[in-house]
Amino acid sequence: MVEVRLENLVKRFGKVTAVDHINLTIKDGEFIVLLGPSGCGKTTTLRLISGLERPDKGRVYFGDRDVTYLPPRERNISMVFQSYAVWPHMTVYDNIAFPMKIKKMPDDEIKKKVEWAAELLRIEELLDRYPHQLSGGQKQRVAVARAIVVEPDVLLMDEPLSNLDALLRVLMRSELKKLQRKLKVTTIYVTHDQVEAMVMADRIAVMNEGKLMQVGTPEEVYAKPANVFVAGFIGSPRMNFFEARVEGGVLEASGFKIEIPENAPFYSRNFGDVLVGIRPEDIHVLDRGLPPGVVPAILEGVVDFIEPLGSDTILHLKLGDTTLLVKIPGAYKAEIGSRIKVALNLAKMHFFDKKSEKALL
Amino acid sequence: MRQREALKMILIYFAATLISSWILVPLLLIIVSAFAVPQDYYNIEKPFPTQFTLDNVNTLLFVLGAWRSILNSILVAAMTIVLSFLLGLPAGYSLARYVFRGKDSFKLFIIGLRMFPMLVLAIPLVVIYLRLGLADTLLGVALAHTAMALPFVVLITSSIFAGIPVDFEEAGQVFGLTRAESFLKITMPLALPGLSAAAIFVFIMSWNEVFIASVLTLVNRTLPADILVSALAAPDPLKFAAGFIMVLPAMLFVLMARKYLVQVWGITIR
Repeated sequence: MVEVRLENLVKRFGKVTAVDHINLTIKDGEFIVLLGPSGCGKTTTLRLISGLERPDKGRVYFGDRDVTYLPPRERNISMVFQSYAVWPHMTVYDNIAFPMKIKKMPDDEIKKKVEWAAELLRIEELLDRYPHQLSGGQKQRVAVARAIVVEPDVLLMDEPLSNLDALLRVLMRSELKKLQRKLKVTTIYVTHDQVEAMVMADRIAVMNEGKLMQVGTPEEVYAKPANVFVAGFIGSPRMNFFEARVEGGVLEASGFKIEIPENAPFYSRNFGDVLVGIRPEDIHVLDRGLPPGVVPAILEGVVDFIEPLGSDTILHLKLGDTTLLVKIPGAYKAEIGSRIKVALNLAKMHFFDKKSEKALL
Repeated sequence: MRQREALKMILIYFAATLISSWILVPLLLIIVSAFAVPQDYYNIEKPFPTQFTLDNVNTLLFVLGAWRSILNSILVAAMTIVLSFLLGLPAGYSLARYVFRGKDSFKLFIIGLRMFPMLVLAIPLVVIYLRLGLADTLLGVALAHTAMALPFVVLITSSIFAGIPVDFEEAGQVFGLTRAESFLKITMPLALPGLSAAAIFVFIMSWNEVFIASVLTLVNRTLPADILVSALAAPDPLKFAAGFIMVLPAMLFVLMARKYLVQVWGITIR
């Protein structure tokens, strides 16, 4: 259990900068998720922390210890690989026991620890089997068991759930989170699945093109995205973006105009030309009534398309040239082409600089 | 429809029988003749011998001293395996694991080595060997065989290693092994079936090689070179006995390594 600090980490592969000046401190016992689209450098960052890859620049600290150039085995880490990497020529027992055998722990202690981990992950009856006799989910449990028996300072997980089917994935993500709470081990978890990140993380580090876009709790990252990328990446369906001019108490977009009321958080701000973002769930259809705390700006649009998802209905609403997605809880009936009144919640509206794409509010 | 299926099956079986007979009938003739009593063998009225003996093999091995050349052949093959794996395994591993400039051309170049006819190389090789004092030594033959086997070893081992995910090795490193240990304790055991098939393949190649072995040796002959010179002057049953001994290891190899060979080539295709 240790704090992990990344200082100005840079890793290049040929001309591609996979990790671009990353600074990040992961607190002792924290569960942090590196989240980003494929190729954003999150796995490379994890490999730099593991020691499987060496940085071109920058430092990695575990507590006060500079581990930048230490080989993986001297870092007291463990890792769950995306492919599980459960060794096929060893039984489940030997797989879990192997890290301890290398450390020359006494046999009876090894046995005790293997049994402890097997019980924790409910794989006791699999100990004599070989990996090819296991399902994906079972292999995954073996990989996790192997990772926790060594009592690592840092636990690294590289998309451990991505090869499981959807149902098992949902089950395992809560189990892994509970396990981590119990063991209180500093955990760095890589995923491209924003739901997984939201559910599991103490803090999320969103990455794109090798750079850190934002670090924060799931709530922060969701409610106060630092830039257009984070705003668009987190949340489903994606946040609506449209260009507008905000000046003199008026928000004017292509196709509609909003008089900014005094209780809007950005009242009296003159942003000029900006990119406006609003989440589909922050637009409400008027005939359903408004939840408390909403600062409404009422607009009328034309229904362009309807996606009934069962739990929600996604409405594609045309306001002039702008199409906004509206997320309505439950089922919702509307004719395509009909006019509907909606309220944009100005309290949840986001503003981004058009050039730097950074949040202005 | 059903008739067509049946016809198809008959045709397939016919073709299979034809092809296997093409290989098996001569083999059968060799084996039968090797153990036939000479009177039966030379008897025109007996198309198939009925009495069998170990005399032919015995004469070949102990009277004509073929056991010595068998020993030589085994030694040369063993040296060839050791040398070609010592050189080829690391090359195969790097080809499988690392990306480097000119990798594809390097692979092509390795295959290209096989295009050199041994006939062209033989005379210069003898000259060089005479200077180095390698002529008529088993090591000399083994070196030449290594040169022949190396391209195979590099390409086969590289496809074997490529078939073993690098994650296994990296997991080993994470859980306490050095790179070398990880290779030895994780990757090698997984590669072993394929590698042993490749080793036997090299053995057969060296065992069967006649030309270089005949040119480079005079006294210390390997089995094929020895047979070429001495047994050819001997009566037919002895020739067949020699042929039988020559073919035996290859047959055993195919029987044992069939499973692994498919795996090796399967990986290559993938």
